[in-house]
Amino acid sequence: MDTRRGALAVPKVRRVGFFTPTEPPPESSQRPNRSQSGPVEATTSSSPLSDSPSGNLISPVLIPPSRHHSDNLTSHAAAPVPVPGPAAFRRYLAHDRSLHVGSYNAPDSLLGTSPPSSNGEFSEDSVSLFGFQRSDSTKLSASFPNGGFDLTLAVRAPQESETIIETASASEGKKKIAEVSGKSESVTTKPQKEKEPKSLKDKTTKAERRAIQEAQRAAKAAAKGEGKRHADESVEANPGKAAKKPQPKKERPPISSSVSEKTAVAVEKEKRMDVPQTQMQYDDKSRVDKAKRRAVVEQTETKNKVELFLHLPQYERGSQLPNLSSNFFTLDTIHHAVYKVGLQHLAGDISGDNARCIAMLQAFEEAIKDYTTPPMKDLTMDLTTKINGYVSFLIECRPLSMSMGNAIRFLKNQIRKLPVNLSEPEAKASLCSDIGRFIDEKIILSDKVIVQHAVSKIRDGEVLLTYGFSCVVEMILLYAHEIGKKFRVVIVDARPNLEGKKLLRRLVSRGLDCTYTHINAISYIMREATRVFLGASSIFSNGTLYSKVGTACVAMVANAFSVPVIVCCEAYKFHERVLLDSICSNELGDPDAVANIPSFSTKAKQSKMMDNNKNLQFLNLMYDSTPSEYISMIVSDYGMIPPTSIPVIVREYRRENLLL
Amino acid sequence: MDFQVVILAGGFSSNLVPLVSKEVPKALLPVANRPVLSYVLDLLESNNLKDLIVVVEGEDAALKVGGWISAACVDRLHVEVAAVAENVGTAGALRAIAHHLTAKDILIVSGDIVSDIPPGAVAATHRRHDAAVTVMLCAQPVSGPSESGGSSGKDKTKKPACEDIVGLDSWKQFLLYIAKGTEIKKDTRVKKSILCAAGKMELRSDLMDSHIYAFKRSVLQEVLDQKPAFRSLKQDVLPYLVRTQLRSDVSSDQNNVEEIGNGKDNMQNNEVVLSQILSNASLPSFHQVYESGLDSRKTHKCCVYIADESKFFVRLNSIQAFMDVNRDVIGDANHLSGYSFSAHHNIVHPSAELGSKTTVGPHCMLGEGSQVGDKCSVKRSVIGRHCRIGSNVKIVNSVVMDHATIGDGCSIQGSVICSNAQLQERVTLRDCQVEAGYIVCAGGEHKGETFARK
Repeated sequence: MDTRRGALAVPKVRRVGFFTPTEPPPESSQRPNRSQSGPVEATTSSSPLSDSPSGNLISPVLIPPSRHHSDNLTSHAAAPVPVPGPAAFRRYLAHDRSLHVGSYNAPDSLLGTSPPSSNGEFSEDSVSLFGFQRSDSTKLSASFPNGGFDLTLAVRAPQESETIIETASASEGKKKIAEVSGKSESVTTKPQKEKEPKSLKDKTTKAERRAIQEAQRAAKAAAKGEGKRHADESVEANPGKAAKKPQPKKERPPISSSVSEKTAVAVEKEKRMDVPQTQMQYDDKSRVDKAKRRAVVEQTETKNKVELFLHLPQYERGSQLPNLSSNFFTLDTIHHAVYKVGLQHLAGDISGDNARCIAMLQAFEEAIKDYTTPPMKDLTMDLTTKINGYVSFLIECRPLSMSMGNAIRFLKNQIRKLPVNLSEPEAKASLCSDIGRFIDEKIILSDKVIVQHAVSKIRDGEVLLTYGFSCVVEMILLYAHEIGKKFRVVIVDARPNLEGKKLLRRLVSRGLDCTYTHINAISYIMREATRVFLGASSIFSNGTLYSKVGTACVAMVANAFSVPVIVCCEAYKFHERVLLDSICSNELGDPDAVANIPSFSTKAKQSKMMDNNKNLQFLNLMYDSTPSEYISMIVSDYGMIPPTSIPVIVREYRRENLLL
Repeated sequence: MDFQVVILAGGFSSNLVPLVSKEVPKALLPVANRPVLSYVLDLLESNNLKDLIVVVEGEDAALKVGGWISAACVDRLHVEVAAVAENVGTAGALRAIAHHLTAKDILIVSGDIVSDIPPGAVAATHRRHDAAVTVMLCAQPVSGPSESGGSSGKDKTKKPACEDIVGLDSWKQFLLYIAKGTEIKKDTRVKKSILCAAGKMELRSDLMDSHIYAFKRSVLQEVLDQKPAFRSLKQDVLPYLVRTQLRSDVSSDQNNVEEIGNGKDNMQNNEVVLSQILSNASLPSFHQVYESGLDSRKTHKCCVYIADESKFFVRLNSIQAFMDVNRDVIGDANHLSGYSFSAHHNIVHPSAELGSKTTVGPHCMLGEGSQVGDKCSVKRSVIGRHCRIGSNVKIVNSVVMDHATIGDGCSIQGSVICSNAQLQERVTLRDCQVEAGYIVCAGGEHKGETFARK
């Protein structure tokens, strides 16, 4: 079985760089059970696989990356004695099986002896197996009292003690079997089929499963008088359904019953929400197909993609906008404010991370204002799904930036944290004020703080070099000019967006002394510069700066000329991920933008000729990553810090919910 | 989506005499045996727009239209029919129903459109730019709406060569100038300030105003209130808005904040910073550039949406257009008609009776209960319900409306026979229109005539 799993762990699709296994190992999904069963589990099971907490929380589309190391550490503190993974799993499965050897037939336990096949069979017809076993369980259990153990178990000693206890709480065991079967199915099935078990997993979150278990325990206690077997049967009667059915009803009581329970659930949920989202791997056919089916925006993939970036989405630009806009009235599910923002993202009317984030948040605010909870639904749940819909719509329009991801996470957090007793208007007002607060504090106020800090670094007579357009950098330059500092600005720009022109126009209109050049001349112009100010799209916890493409080049040249590089970045853009290259996570822009030069009159003809050429691929990368060693200083709302301090800020402030 | 839809269905258009009459207002003219209004309603319904206001000129016409609407689509749509006085013009009509308008934006659709261009596209463009008005332009039909359809070459009565002259900015997003082609004699005036601000203007005569507009309600109502003399949307309101886009008198609320942004103390005010971040992020349109250059100037945007050329669009505003629409809807653009065509590319209602040796060619339509005698030939024509057509009749490129009677041996080419009209034996008509209920005497040979009771 180990070999089998190993083979499957190798993904069928090509993946680049940074990702987590799409297939969460079975251990992960069993964690909640384990932690429930306390002492029994402590001896045998502990998951050494690092991504366990995130494993069962995966949404069908987004693959969470492995969490930050520190997170893993804390989560594993709860899990006892580490045992090598595969072995643990084996034993775990085995003991489950051995467990019902006691009450079921031996052939079932025998299956365990030949691991590869056993797993397959077990998964394929686990449900029918249960039904079949039930018919003659009592008889067979009598005739094969313990035989199965000897055959299956490699490590016997702990196992046996365990079974004794476990049989006492047999209903729990059954429950686990049901889950194990579900999971093992997910192990054995091919990547294409992995969605069904996953979606099932999604439905049964940790909290829910915990609730079920508790309910089952209570039921068992009540049924004690009647005898254990009875209870067993009742659970076992529909093992598949037992895992799902009781949830909706039984989730409530534990939450309302005790405060500690509630907080525990909240913490767990929070953990789930904290799982950072990543982009979908677009070279994964099955996932792309699935996403496409749900897509609001009709998208056709461009044909000639650069192979290295196949995992990033790239669509034919021409057809998207008309398609989306012609559906203006038919898209009822999308609030019109969100729709407008989506259109603007798609059409490129709004660029720049802060602006996009603000526009998105304002649209959400408007959507929340117009929101009314449908009857028989919970505001928290329903609003979250609504927001999720909006977010996926926006992603279809244009991939979200990291900062937007952070903002969305903040908003969802706020929704989740809404007190239950709040009335709908109050809840909406509180959410709207939260959004307003986020915009004010995390973006505007921090911009002001950054400006104050950064201006102190500008001395008279300096030549400040900036690349492209960043609204914080613009504010810094304007403010410095306003308070009477004498300096010169060099604006380095790059095709195809030529964002620097916007900056140039405004700076010149305010009377600043500017030089405008393209990035080709960077090594020449860098001689003049005394300081480089850069904006950021995001900064990762290894200090990597993720920003507009070309930033890395500017930073490196500055480094070579020993010019200090100052990055201005609001703290809400910090991200706990680690980024090593700009390949695995990036965005592809309109390839035609690179190919076409607007002033050329023959552009239409040219591009048509080029479109048909199979040997020609255009790459319009939007972002690149700058390693932290090229960054002298980061100016954020927490002051001027070295890039190495990013993880500290992410860790410390996020823990106290100050960062978001 | 916070849009209200107003359909301007008109009344008894003088352009379409003798096709329209007291019984048949313009909106109910049959196109492939369905009222033309039903095409608009279908288009809107397919775009999920179900709350509509239909404005009809004249009480009588309103009753007729309202009666038809309530019979045809009461179960699917929620339609309000409003009657306004005759000859108030489109602007007057809107003024009359102004108190009904409550949504943020108003989509105004002419009731005589046969098209498959989704109106959502206009609305989306409107919203994206936060425009005061958005106009849908579509390609001007070259001669007759479709070249291939008029293969006979006979029905290509030339339309005026250019209907509208529009000026666009270099991104084809904003409308800088609009005028009716027929109004321009030798020279015309273009606002210098607009030209300077935009830098470049593209004047085009191959685009046509499609009479689908999205207006910001506040702007529209203000203009209508301020200028009581304005009668027509297209000829008064729209050119006015385009002309004044850089010195806007109408209050477009979004500009107020930006004005303060020019002040010195902008670091203090969060709102201002916010709006600045947002406005700085986008490539400034020439409106914004102009605004920042001159303080205290307000602007509004007039946007255009240029429809894809592959889409079908015709306005039924002349007799020729009526013929063209009928021909196209059962010909090239038959996806609009909503009928299913037979293998011979025609629609013959099962209850229609055909005599022996009678042929019904492709792109024809024969309504229910119609009778056609022996040895007839029908080509590229629409024949309505319960028509009685004698033997040896030739009908080519024509429209015969319901309950018409055509005697033996008639020959009809490129003509319109209105309902209940009667053609006696051996009448030859070419490019004629016969009013409803008119009786054409036997044996006449006519060309390009209009038969109407004096």
